[in-house]
Amino acid sequence: MAELVAAGAWVEISAIVLEPNRRAPHIPDDTQRVPLEMRVKGFLAAPAALGDEAEIVTPAGRKLGGILTAVNPPYSHGFGAPIPELSAIGGSVRALLRARGQTP
Amino acid sequence: MSADLSYAAVIAQRAEIMKASAGLDYARYSTGAIAFDYERLLADTGYDVETAANVQIRTAVGDTPLVELVNVTELVRAVSRPGKGARIFVKDEAKNPSGSFKDRRASLSVHEAKKRGYAGVVAATSGNYGAAIASQAAKAGLRCIVVQEAFDSRGISQPEIAEKTRACEAYGAEVIRLSVGPELFYVFLRVLKDTGYFNASLYTPYSILGIETLGYELALQARERIGRFPDVVIATHAGGGNVTGTARGLRKAGAMETRMIAASVDLTGLHMASDRDFNRKSFTTGHTGFSIPFTTWPDRADVPRSAARPLRYIDRFVTVTQGEVFYITEALAALEGLERGPAGNTSLAAAFVIAQELDSDRIIVVQETEYTGAGKHPIAQLNLAKQMGIEVRGGDPRENKPGERIVIPQHPAQLTIVNVDLDHLRRSYLRNAANFLSEQPSLSPADYEFLADETRWSVDDVKEIFHEMRRKAR
Repeated sequence: MAELVAAGAWVEISAIVLEPNRRAPHIPDDTQRVPLEMRVKGFLAAPAALGDEAEIVTPAGRKLGGILTAVNPPYSHGFGAPIPELSAIGGSVRALLRARGQTP
Repeated sequence: MSADLSYAAVIAQRAEIMKASAGLDYARYSTGAIAFDYERLLADTGYDVETAANVQIRTAVGDTPLVELVNVTELVRAVSRPGKGARIFVKDEAKNPSGSFKDRRASLSVHEAKKRGYAGVVAATSGNYGAAIASQAAKAGLRCIVVQEAFDSRGISQPEIAEKTRACEAYGAEVIRLSVGPELFYVFLRVLKDTGYFNASLYTPYSILGIETLGYELALQARERIGRFPDVVIATHAGGGNVTGTARGLRKAGAMETRMIAASVDLTGLHMASDRDFNRKSFTTGHTGFSIPFTTWPDRADVPRSAARPLRYIDRFVTVTQGEVFYITEALAALEGLERGPAGNTSLAAAFVIAQELDSDRIIVVQETEYTGAGKHPIAQLNLAKQMGIEVRGGDPRENKPGERIVIPQHPAQLTIVNVDLDHLRRSYLRNAANFLSEQPSLSPADYEFLADETRWSVDDVKEIFHEMRRKAR
C-alpha cells in the first residue's frame, strides 16, 4: 500500500479543468488536442497517497480537490549555464568606451 | 443539483460576474452603440494624481529614481553620426516593493477592494503584476488568488513565470497554474464567481490611474534635474496600460510636447494560444503577441471596457528583436552597474537606436526597469530556447526569426528598430469596430466622435473609412 502523506504537508495537486473535446472553440489544433490542466499548491487537508484524489487548503483559504502529484515541490527554475554570446558583450562595450577615452 | 461548469455556460455569465467583481457599473458610461465616456469612467473613481500618489506612498510604491545612463549614452555616441546621440535616462521602477512598475497598478486596485469591503482580490496574469497584486494584498490583509498560464502540455514551465509563481507564493497568494490556452479567462471567471473577490484586472480605471503617477513623476524629475521636460518617453508596450497611464501622467504634469513611443519585442509568427509555441517565446510580455491585438482592439480585456486605450496616446510604435533586448540587458549591467530584467529593457533597446536619430542635447526617458533573478534572466531564457531546439548565435539581429533563431548582436551598431505603421493599426481598429457593430444599422454622432478619439483621426475620415469597411464586410 502506498505511503500516506500527512495532513498539513505543503503539496501540489493537479486536475483536468477541460478535456480536449470541451475546450474553447477556435483555438490552435495543437492546443485543442490536449486538456487544460491546473496545478495548485496548498496544505493537505487529510492524509492521502501520491496519485490519489486529495483535498488541499490553499493560501487563500479555499478547499480544492485534485490528484496529489507532489509533496513539498521544489522551485527548480534557475539560470543554467552562462551563454557564450552574452558573456562577450560586457568586455566589448567597455572596450568601445575605452577607445573613446572614457573610463568604464 | 450542480451548476453547469461547461466553457460556454460560464462564459455566458461573463457580464454578471464582471459586474459583481468590478465594483463598477460600466453600463452607466455607455453613450452609444460603441461609445462610452472614457474620461468620466476614470474621473468618477476619484483618483487624481495626487490622491493616487498618497495611496501609493503608504506602501512605498513610486517615487523611484530617475537615473542618467551616462555610459550607455556614450556608447550610443560611439555609433552615432557627429552631433547625434541623445541623453538617455531610466526610471528605475525595479525599486518598487515587488520589483516593477506593476506595483503602481496594483496599489489602487487593492486600496479600492479593501475600501469596498471585498475579502480578497483575483488577477489573471503570468507576469510581474501577479507579484505586485500579491504584495499589495499582503500589506492590506486581503486574500489573493493569481491565475497564471504557466506550463505546456509536456509540463515544461516558462522560467520567468516559474519565478513569478514563487514570488506570488512568497507573498502568500494562492497561485492557480494552468497549461496553455485562452480558457485562462474561463478559470478566472469561475474563481471570481466562487470567491466573490474583487477583479483586480490590469485594465480597470484603478490600474491605469495608478500608472499616471509614473509619467507625472518622471516629467517633474526631468524638469528639476535638466530644466525641462523629456523630448521622448519610451515605454515597453503589451496590453496598452503602460503607454496609456504614462502618457496621461505626462500630460497632467504639463509635458504636452513630449513624444510617447511604444516599444515591443517582435514575436511575429508565434501563436499566443499555441501549446507548441508557448515555450518558444523568450519573452512573456512586452511583445507583439499582446501589443498588436490590444492596440487594435483594447476591449478584448478581462473587463467590460478597458481603461488602457493605447492608440489614443502612442505617437510612434517600434519593435526590436529578442536578441537585441538581451544585448542591451548585458550592456546595462556592464556599463551602468544596473542588472535589470529583460522585459523592462525592451524600451531601452529601442531607446539605444532612437537616441542615434536625435541631437545630443535631446532627452530620452526609458520609463521602467524591472527586477531580475532566477528564471527571469536572459541566461535562463536562452537555455530554455536551446532546450526547445531554437538556434542561439551571435550576428546580425535582422536574421532573427521568432521561434527558430535568436541572433544576439556582436556590436552596438547592429541594433535596429522597425517602425510599426500606426495608420495600419488604426484601420485594423476600425475593422474590428465594424465587426463588433455588424448588427448595428447606424451609428450616432457620439459613436463617430468616440472612434475619432480612439484613432486620432477626424470624424470625417473615420466615417469614410468605416463605411468603406462596412461595405466590404457585406
